[in-house]
Amino acid sequence: MIHDFSYDIAVIGAGAAGLAAAAETAKSPFRTVVIDREDQLGGILRQCIHNGFGLRYFKEELTGPEYADRVAALAAKPNVEFKTGTAVTEIKRLPDNGFELLAFSAAEGVSRIRARALFLGMGCRERNRGNLAIPGSRPAGIFTAGAAQKLLNIEGMLPGKSAVIVGSGDIGLIMARRLRWSGVEVKAVVEIMPHPSGLTRNVVQCLNDFGIPLYLEHSVVNIAGRERVQYVEVAPLDNGIPQLDRQFRIECDTVLFSVGLIPENELSRQLGVELNPATGGAIVDANLQTSVPGVFAGGNVLHVHDLVDFVSEEAADAGRSIVHYLDGTLNSQANPVTVSANLKYVVPNKFNTGEKGTYSFRPLIVSDAATLEAELNGRLVWKRKFTYVKPAEMLKVELPAEILNESGTLVFRLQEEA
Amino acid sequence: MEKKLICINCPIGCHLTAERSNDSDAWSVTGNRCPRGELYARNELTDPRRVVTATVRCNSELMPRLPVRSSEPLPKRYIDALLNRLYDMEVKIPVKRGEVLIANVENTGIDVIFSCDCGK
Ligand SMILES: Cc1cc2nc3c(=O)[nH]c(=O)nc-3n(C[C@H](O)[C@H](O)[C@H](O)COP(=O)(O)OP(=O)(O)OC[C@H]3O[C@@H](n4cnc5c(N)ncnc54)[C@H](O)[C@@H]3O)c2cc1C
Ligand code: SF4
Repeated sequence: MIHDFSYDIAVIGAGAAGLAAAAETAKSPFRTVVIDREDQLGGILRQCIHNGFGLRYFKEELTGPEYADRVAALAAKPNVEFKTGTAVTEIKRLPDNGFELLAFSAAEGVSRIRARALFLGMGCRERNRGNLAIPGSRPAGIFTAGAAQKLLNIEGMLPGKSAVIVGSGDIGLIMARRLRWSGVEVKAVVEIMPHPSGLTRNVVQCLNDFGIPLYLEHSVVNIAGRERVQYVEVAPLDNGIPQLDRQFRIECDTVLFSVGLIPENELSRQLGVELNPATGGAIVDANLQTSVPGVFAGGNVLHVHDLVDFVSEEAADAGRSIVHYLDGTLNSQANPVTVSANLKYVVPNKFNTGEKGTYSFRPLIVSDAATLEAELNGRLVWKRKFTYVKPAEMLKVELPAEILNESGTLVFRLQEEA
Repeated sequence: MEKKLICINCPIGCHLTAERSNDSDAWSVTGNRCPRGELYARNELTDPRRVVTATVRCNSELMPRLPVRSSEPLPKRYIDALLNRLYDMEVKIPVKRGEVLIANVENTGIDVIFSCDCGK
């Protein structure tokens, strides 16, 4: 039997993003449902038991579970219903502008959920060894860093006795310390780039504190072992090419991959939401509305964030936009926003004339003196200096309404100072 | 004497320079964007500290382990012993976020507290 439900707003995903969006829609008279396939609220935050969350959003340094509880409490209002342990499997637009979701839970079976507006907060998934194509056998003991984090922190199981971590993303760095603190030896972190891809603070407190070597511009060229991993072979890179004559062996029984995250947009594709190849997430306007009217997005499903605080801020903005959309007061005229020099992407990709705008960027360069500039129709209208920029850290700025006073194209670029 | 450090108190990761003349033991700190960086540098050079996070076994049906943390950064020299103590424990639910698991670790005035609620 299929159960039918109907709400004004459906939020898919109860991570930092979904909960922050729901905390905003809760302030309106509209009825919201928040759906997550996990039994607990908080998404990835549940397994991030380390501290370092919330300094900006809650003005306090919290662990992941503490941050999750705080945002969940903000969303727990009478007009918000939670459906946990419920996976959304299908999603479609209805002819009358609403949406219909098919969801499955062990408790309720199949549900058909209708809503007039949607918030996409499905987060992201990890890239794995398959995406990298490292040669070698397929022994046990190979994990993504996030899967190992869940195993250790939620289920309380050790992934192995001695580990090599491939990739220096934040999850891998955090896991290096977690493993060490759990009695697992961490032999090395191997990174192909000349600089670490995680935050500097994590290199300091997760590697340097324990004397764990970080091999920059090195690549794992082989994973060996029959039933269980026995060792990896690592080679230095010269212009991206492994120097096999200088390769060396590191004995270990576990290999963790921390090589990046990909926004989880299967459901967005079903809706026909237009995606941005530079982010892997939806193309959105200044209201965080996607190309499908009534569908909004925020958090890691939109672009990969290193700071949960930015996730919550962005999703809260989207939550407010959803209320305006349902009120019929959303301004949706949209001018293009793009990037040129030294920036990988900008979110959002459209601006509304005469409204202030919040923009997030991913820099392509490492620099300790750079200026972010904005040009409207070829005229320099705004700039700001940064004393540190690096690909590991997202930049986020606000442009005042007075600047965006005419329609046209807004282009951002990052200039390195001599 | 001059020492270079990176502040780990927030994700900005300010590059700090701490200087001190040979006849004084007061460090003067530059490069910090907020007062926490100055404090961090002083502590790091005299008595380095870290927030400790871990999990403890418990008797809940839902959560095999519960996340815990030190209420403040703990002097590094106490961390290993504290972790061993935590890994040997088994706690009884219910517990509340913020509730104290171990009070006053090594007389530092720092507690170990639960990072989440667990009722069943
Ligand atoms: C390991 C790790 C360490 C981090 N460390 C820090 C840190 O120290 N400091 C910091 O500020 N930030 C940190 N971050 C970043 C920050 O925590 C995340 O960016 C943020 O929590 C992501 O929130 P989200 O809601 O976008 O995604 P998620 O938390 O991933 O939430 C997405 C939710 O959607 C659900 N979902 C997806 N698809 C479906 C579906 N079809 N049906 C039902 N439910 C679905 C998932 O179950 C999940 O609960 C870290 C991130 C990771 C992964
Ligand atoms: S000095 Fe302040 S702003 Fe800089 S990293 Fe430390 S806490 Fe952050």
